[in-house]
Amino acid sequence: MAADTVTAPKRLLRDRIPVVHQLRQSMGLQRGMLVAGLVLTGIFVFIAVFAPIIAPYGFAQLRDADGPFGSQQPPSGAHPFGTTVGGYDVLSRTIWGAQTAILVIVIAVILSIFAGVILGLISGYLGGWLDRVLVVVCDAIYAFPSLLLAIVMSIVISKGQSNLWGGVFAAAISITVVFIPQYFRVIRAETVRIKAEAFVESAKVLGASSGRIMFRHVLRNATRTLPLIFTLNSSEAILTLAGLGFLGFGIEPTAAAEWGYDLNKALSDVSSGIWWTALFPGLAIVLVVLGITLVGESLNDLADPRLRGRRRVAQSAGEVAETSVVPGGTLTAGPGGLRGLEDGESFDEHGIEVKS
Amino acid sequence: MSTVVNIENLGVSFSTDAGAVKAVDGVSLSVQRGEVLAIVGESGSGKTVTAKTILGLLPETATASGAVLLSNKAGTSEKDVISLSKQALRSVRGTDVAMVFQEPSTALNPVYTVGWQIIEGLRAHSELSKKEARAKAIEILGRVGIPDPETRIDHYPHQFSGGQKQRIVIAMALVLDPGLIVADEPTTALDVTVQAEILDLLRRCRDEFGMGIVLITHNMGVVADLADRVAVMYQGKVVEEADATTLFAAPQAEYTKALLAAVPYVGHGTARALERAAARPADWKQQPPVVEARGLEIEYPGRFGRPGFRAVDGVDFVIRPGEVLGLVGESGSGKTTIGRAIAGLTRVSGGSLSVLGKEMLGIRERQFRPVRSRIGFVFQDPASSFNPLLTIAECVAEPLIIHGRAESAAEARGRVDELLEAVQLPRAYGDRYPHELSGGQRQRASLARALALEPELLIADEPTSALDVSVQARVLELFRELQREFGFASLFISHDLAVVDLLADRIAVLYRGSLVEEGTGAEVLGAPTDPYTQRLLASLPVPDPVAQAARREELRRLREAS
Repeated sequence: MAADTVTAPKRLLRDRIPVVHQLRQSMGLQRGMLVAGLVLTGIFVFIAVFAPIIAPYGFAQLRDADGPFGSQQPPSGAHPFGTTVGGYDVLSRTIWGAQTAILVIVIAVILSIFAGVILGLISGYLGGWLDRVLVVVCDAIYAFPSLLLAIVMSIVISKGQSNLWGGVFAAAISITVVFIPQYFRVIRAETVRIKAEAFVESAKVLGASSGRIMFRHVLRNATRTLPLIFTLNSSEAILTLAGLGFLGFGIEPTAAAEWGYDLNKALSDVSSGIWWTALFPGLAIVLVVLGITLVGESLNDLADPRLRGRRRVAQSAGEVAETSVVPGGTLTAGPGGLRGLEDGESFDEHGIEVKS
Repeated sequence: MSTVVNIENLGVSFSTDAGAVKAVDGVSLSVQRGEVLAIVGESGSGKTVTAKTILGLLPETATASGAVLLSNKAGTSEKDVISLSKQALRSVRGTDVAMVFQEPSTALNPVYTVGWQIIEGLRAHSELSKKEARAKAIEILGRVGIPDPETRIDHYPHQFSGGQKQRIVIAMALVLDPGLIVADEPTTALDVTVQAEILDLLRRCRDEFGMGIVLITHNMGVVADLADRVAVMYQGKVVEEADATTLFAAPQAEYTKALLAAVPYVGHGTARALERAAARPADWKQQPPVVEARGLEIEYPGRFGRPGFRAVDGVDFVIRPGEVLGLVGESGSGKTTIGRAIAGLTRVSGGSLSVLGKEMLGIRERQFRPVRSRIGFVFQDPASSFNPLLTIAECVAEPLIIHGRAESAAEARGRVDELLEAVQLPRAYGDRYPHELSGGQRQRASLARALALEPELLIADEPTSALDVSVQARVLELFRELQREFGFASLFISHDLAVVDLLADRIAVLYRGSLVEEGTGAEVLGAPTDPYTQRLLASLPVPDPVAQAARREELRRLREAS
């Protein structure tokens, strides 16, 4: 039998780290998108972490040793991005804003991932009335405009008060409420699909309990798409946070810097020719959202062997693969063993065979 | 005779994540008018890729070299498919060469009538008026044997049976009167009795329409039935090419010999079954049966307000300790449903089914769970029956952990190694992931898992139908040895009479949910009494062109008689 096997080469560590593996796998335009996204996201995370060192002033600082900054000052040596109508330094506010944004993303995504995944798993696997109720509730939440829902939640949670953590949690939890249905749906759909797979039935035949089947056999197989939703949701979280701030439900300027709030305050400046107060926070939002979305979209494309770009091979290049390794054999290998042949060679980032 | 297609030194490479993979390597073939060339080989041997190249259907990741010279039916023009532009390829497809796909239900668009789909192809290539095109579509439907084509032309694909759908797909291929038809496993998705009809139709395509046919198949019986010439492919190369009669009578290449030797014949297992029956103790018939079904009924609930679908209707059978019962039937006959009901995966809705002393009618999972350790189950598709994230050793250890025989996979490893050796897999394979094993190896690991608890009953649901012939032979051999060694009773489900015959002590034939015939292999296969069993047996093509021609006559007689 040994002659029939193709031993999968041991994958190097650098090939198994999720994003690094995709980066090495990518090429052409897809690689450009991924690299651009990673660079933008990297800068964002760097600025957020080192904000206290990078920012020339504090986010709520109105004066230094030379006296007050003055309001709506144009860019100058002391204030490269100028000052706002409230007399804050725009550069510092923009840098500190990154920190608030990343806090909200992390909290919102962690909260919604745990709740969404567990609910989706239980609902999808057990089915029945619980499933129906949860699906209806999630659909109802979907039907709401997400920003409206976030506003309602932020009023309920913080009642208008706004220290740093109160504001961050209010924003994060209101975003969580909007995101749980997304994770719920994805995990539930995957669970329902995996539930019908033969390996789950085989566990059932062996007499495994529902809990064991759910957490040992279904869960890990159902979470493959999570990194993608994770990145896409992060950018949506920033937009929701900025939207909340813009509408005045955000964090007070004395508690933390927040781009949406700054944009709101810059509204009246735009018509009077003061461009610097709106441009920089706005640019920050656009670049961060763009960066994270690029990462998410290119991960999405790379995860799918049909969308993934490949270098063309030279004519008659390559070795003839050993036969008898195509999974499933002729019966399942579609109209033509071709698909089976390609699948046999396509492993996704977890080393799972990708079945199209 | 003129050459319809001439393939010269074709090479095809694919670009994959693991680098370039060569699928076809220096293949040269040609097909004459009115000739059927069969390309046989295991999955992955490059036969489908070769066929797809003729139509220019290779995906973008593929690169081809060599030449595929395609002539039109009149023989007036010749084109090299590999160098044609997309535009030119479109005009060639349909008029010069057409394709018949494996799965008729996916080759037809469910939201259009079949007539629309045939006319669509017609009007894309010719200036026919709607009325003329319709008349032509009706004519072609009639010629492929769709009864009452004037009304049936306006029906949707779901209103036809599987065999009729394949006829319609063939009609679509025939309607533009191409010189060559490429048929990619045209009967694999069909039942044996339907397969015989489709093969007859393809034969008529050759004789009446004068077409060349490239037949891709892994079934040697189909080759023997239809092919004039056979090319055997292995690892991207043609290892042997000969007349059908010559190839079956005197195969030259080692691979061809091995392939032919692996094909199961009906009648080979009868002698072994007799031996086993003789070795049984005298009071064997009095022992309590492992499984006993009396008037078993299984109904799938219908949608709201509609009656349910009765998959199994009043079936009686028994499986005694240490006995292998082979269950044969077409798709939809309820054979898998019975297997699932015994394993407690499908609810029994009527009659009585007792499994290891437990009555399955209305049983609760909690009551049945203790019995589960005494039942093993082998699934049809080895590719999906293992959790892709666990190693083989962890998968095989699952039953031991669940039933408390071991605390963890590491602790069970000793027993797992024994089991892997019992199914002739090296111990080291336990550390591999399922996708790193071939189909046959995975199915052995599946056997190892099913046997981990030394069950008294093993249910095998089409365990070899997803495997290649040569692999199937080895898995069946292993199954027989294990059965002798462990002495479990078994329900062996298959659609292939020859496979069941190899293993079973008794054979039960299911037809549309009821048991039409039951008995020993010699009784059922030697002298079938039920007309359905007779038809099933006669439809099974044997891998021998001369014998098959005689059987074809026999089948025609049977059909005319009924």
